[in-house]
Amino acid sequence: MHIVIIGNGISGVTAARFARKLSDNKITLISSETKYFYSRTALMYIYMGHMRYEDTMPYEPWFWEKNRIDLVEAHVNRIDFEGQKLALNNDTTIKYDKLVLALGSASNKFGWPGQDLYKVGGLYNMQDLEQMEKYSANLERAVIVGGGLIGIEMAEMFHSRHIPVTMLVRESSYWNNVLPAEESAMVNRHIMNSGIDLRLEAELDSIIDDGAGNACAVTTKAGEKIDCGYVGLTAGVHPNVHWLKETVLNVNKGIVVNNHLETNIKNVYAIGDCAELSNPIEGRRGIEAVWYTGRMMGETVAYNICGKPVSYDPGIWFNSAKFIHIEYQVYGDVVASPPDHQQSFYWEHADGDKAMRIMFDKNTDVVVGFNLMGIRFRHEVCEKWIKDKYPIDRVMEDLRLANFDPELYSKYESQIVRAYNKDFNRNVSLGAKGTWDRVFTFLKS
Amino acid sequence: MFNSSHQLSKGLIQQYVETEAYQTAIVNAATKQGVFEKVYSTNISYIASLKDVFKAANIKLKDDKIEDWQVEKYLIPLTKYSTAGPFGGNTNRAFWLSIVLAALGGLIYFIPDLSEMAGIKNDGIYHSQSTKGVSLKVRILFLSVALLYALWYSIFQFPLILFFVGVIGLIVFWVWKSESNFGSKRARSASVRASGWMGIAFGLYLIAFYVFLYFYPYYVTNWTKMLDPISKALSGGPATHWFLYGFLYCTVMIVMGVRMMIKYRHNKYQLVRTCSVLFFQLGFAFLIPEILVRLNQPYMDLKNAWPLNYSLFTGDRIDEMVGQGSEIALGGIGTSVGTIMLLWGVALTFIVVPVFTYVFGKRWYCSWVCGCGGLAETLGDPYRQLSDKSLRAWKIERYVIHGVLVFAIVMTSIVLFQYLTGINNFLVFSAGQIKSWYGFMIGAMFSGVVGTGFYPVMGNRVWCRFGCPLAGLLGLVQRYKSRFRITTNGGQCISCGNCSTYCEMGIDVRAYAQRGQNIVRSSCVGCGICSAVCPRGVLKLENGSSDIGERTTELKTIHISESDLKILS
Repeated sequence: MHIVIIGNGISGVTAARFARKLSDNKITLISSETKYFYSRTALMYIYMGHMRYEDTMPYEPWFWEKNRIDLVEAHVNRIDFEGQKLALNNDTTIKYDKLVLALGSASNKFGWPGQDLYKVGGLYNMQDLEQMEKYSANLERAVIVGGGLIGIEMAEMFHSRHIPVTMLVRESSYWNNVLPAEESAMVNRHIMNSGIDLRLEAELDSIIDDGAGNACAVTTKAGEKIDCGYVGLTAGVHPNVHWLKETVLNVNKGIVVNNHLETNIKNVYAIGDCAELSNPIEGRRGIEAVWYTGRMMGETVAYNICGKPVSYDPGIWFNSAKFIHIEYQVYGDVVASPPDHQQSFYWEHADGDKAMRIMFDKNTDVVVGFNLMGIRFRHEVCEKWIKDKYPIDRVMEDLRLANFDPELYSKYESQIVRAYNKDFNRNVSLGAKGTWDRVFTFLKS
Repeated sequence: MFNSSHQLSKGLIQQYVETEAYQTAIVNAATKQGVFEKVYSTNISYIASLKDVFKAANIKLKDDKIEDWQVEKYLIPLTKYSTAGPFGGNTNRAFWLSIVLAALGGLIYFIPDLSEMAGIKNDGIYHSQSTKGVSLKVRILFLSVALLYALWYSIFQFPLILFFVGVIGLIVFWVWKSESNFGSKRARSASVRASGWMGIAFGLYLIAFYVFLYFYPYYVTNWTKMLDPISKALSGGPATHWFLYGFLYCTVMIVMGVRMMIKYRHNKYQLVRTCSVLFFQLGFAFLIPEILVRLNQPYMDLKNAWPLNYSLFTGDRIDEMVGQGSEIALGGIGTSVGTIMLLWGVALTFIVVPVFTYVFGKRWYCSWVCGCGGLAETLGDPYRQLSDKSLRAWKIERYVIHGVLVFAIVMTSIVLFQYLTGINNFLVFSAGQIKSWYGFMIGAMFSGVVGTGFYPVMGNRVWCRFGCPLAGLLGLVQRYKSRFRITTNGGQCISCGNCSTYCEMGIDVRAYAQRGQNIVRSSCVGCGICSAVCPRGVLKLENGSSDIGERTTELKTIHISESDLKILS
């Protein structure tokens, strides 16, 4: 059997690795982006000079040969689903028995005038990074459109090279469709304190051509003109599936798949950013374009291909990011506007760059989610609390088990519990220190 | 360094050359060659003349020649005290204008960083000519020259060259054999784009310093002269080139330690750890031994454990310790400070080191106490990303470091055997020979020239990773019987590679973290930088006894278990 995977991002590579673990099939991994798998999340660090491209490769080049995963550096022009063949841009065809589509995303563009000029770009793949690098020499100002995770990364990148940055955010506060108001406000403050020109409620109207096909300025809906040498479009991403829209493949926003990650066509699967689950589990979206779900889908699809059918179950939601210097972690459900039956306990440190939020049910007290800003929490502990439906009082009592900050860091649990007792009129007393041995006992219980 | 005027006098020779026969021969030879009348404008020409004098004296002395080591011993004071020193003898001014001014310059350079927001500051490291590293070819060139130098040295000592060639041949054979399993694709280990010329220049500068210090110390007497007042205030004696080394070591560590603390001021682990290495270097390695000498006690760095301190159990050291120093009564038994210090050395190696490593991992020594580690964590911090992370490098590391450990054990055993039995020849080697080879190859070449000189070429822990026998020993404890591990935080790893890039020991941390596996590696010195640079809060250095045997068994990113398959299929 020949398993062909299109796309060598985290989803495709995980699928290939697990297919190798589970079987002896021929495996081919096709990508036109880079020959070797690199970590997309580390693109920013290459630009900032923290790492080189080779440092972002999770596996050394010999790994692929040793594990007999054939790498093909080419672009797939067309898929012949009936003949089970791929036409590549190097005039070869590849026949497959099982095909996995791990096509990733593309940056959103909303029809802005000038969006296709030179010196305008998103930040998703290696080619985007090369563009940024190319136009960074002598750059006097960059404008970034969009207040999401990629937007702040791009701002940090330019900022690291002392290039002035203006960030246009349509909403009234940074990423406030995901972050609750207080966390969002904290990030606003942090962006501005870093020296980045953050413009809230500022919407892009058009990008202006300098006459030679390059962007030279933007105008906002409010009529302001901002001169700049680069425009970053970071208003989210969408599945990279436009070239499959006219085929027999069932494509909605993404490639529609069932819980076994199968598409409507036999022997064709879709995973990662480009897949849209027709029937996601409760509380989850059909398309979740994050690293972790891509990795889980890659593992799941390998089992399904290799004759061990298993349903895709992403488990309890988690994610993380870093807003310049503030680390962010989320476990479970913490949403910007929670349902009526939920409430949250929020604690913020006096210095304004550390916070913790716990969402819990108003009636049952059961915890449903954790948001951490500038503090690290232990994944498995939070997951267990949520999965086993711990009431918030017990979580507060055992809060020290969750702390994952490096040794010797200041601990805030007693402050947090005091604030909690005050806010909710409870009388919780904080338990013993969160040593590894106590954590171990808790996790095994 | 070289620019000072020298004039030899008979008084000097009488003062610093003990044997009368030698004195006469040297004075005669010097008179014949007209050295006493001449004023030399550089120490290079002066030392060259002195060497000629010794040669001529040796011809006269015939059977009772002045040995090479004695020549070196006499050259140092005869050079040092034949000149007024730089700045027309104003050594104080020289001291302030060189060492102090350079230290202040360093501080002034780092202090503006305080005005920036606290947080990870690795911007531009791979854009800088001094920290971006060099290509594999340049790396190999540096290593080859060092090896050739060692070979050239050993050519004059017949059994040593065989030993040397044998060891290198074995390592090359083993690595080549294990590499051939991986097909043609070689490991990425260094940037293919050679550059980093400032790094190369700095590396050459450091290497030159070590070469002079270890092999030609009579050229650095102008520097030791500057430090005489400080040395006299501490130990009562004039500054030797080892005092100079200790003093510069401490100065550099303080300046670069301040830099480290500014860089990681948001990270308490790094702040406390940096203070700790500074404390142990300044106190235990530098001040306490000098003060011990002043109090007429034997000289000893009380934190320096065997086998890093390879001469602790050699015969001459034992004689310097046992029964030396003040007499004291301990629990009614009369003994001496020296004896107790030697007993402490034994206890440190065989009790304190293994027990602490069981409890905390080897970090308690390597990145909290050790002087070599201290320099690596301060002066070496800008170069930590240059360590080689390839699997190939890991293989070489395991052969080399354990090879050095075996060498250290064998050398110590033979030397002790010789001391206890009085039998001087062991097979074809003499105990003294083996000790001096070890001193040259491991003590001087590996830990000094390569260990520190290669910071900008191969990263800041070359010695600790490939050469230190104590690190090898601690590593075995850490790997098999220790509470220490780096915990991975569930499935949060995004494989970005910051942890691996900034691991000074060349551990591919990401390889473990992305599988959700805890990290237990014998080489990990627990510096905590992987945890600091992780943008997702994935890594934590932890100690715990509940799961020592299974610290690494769980793979937290494995999503599908056997039980899932049974239920769902």
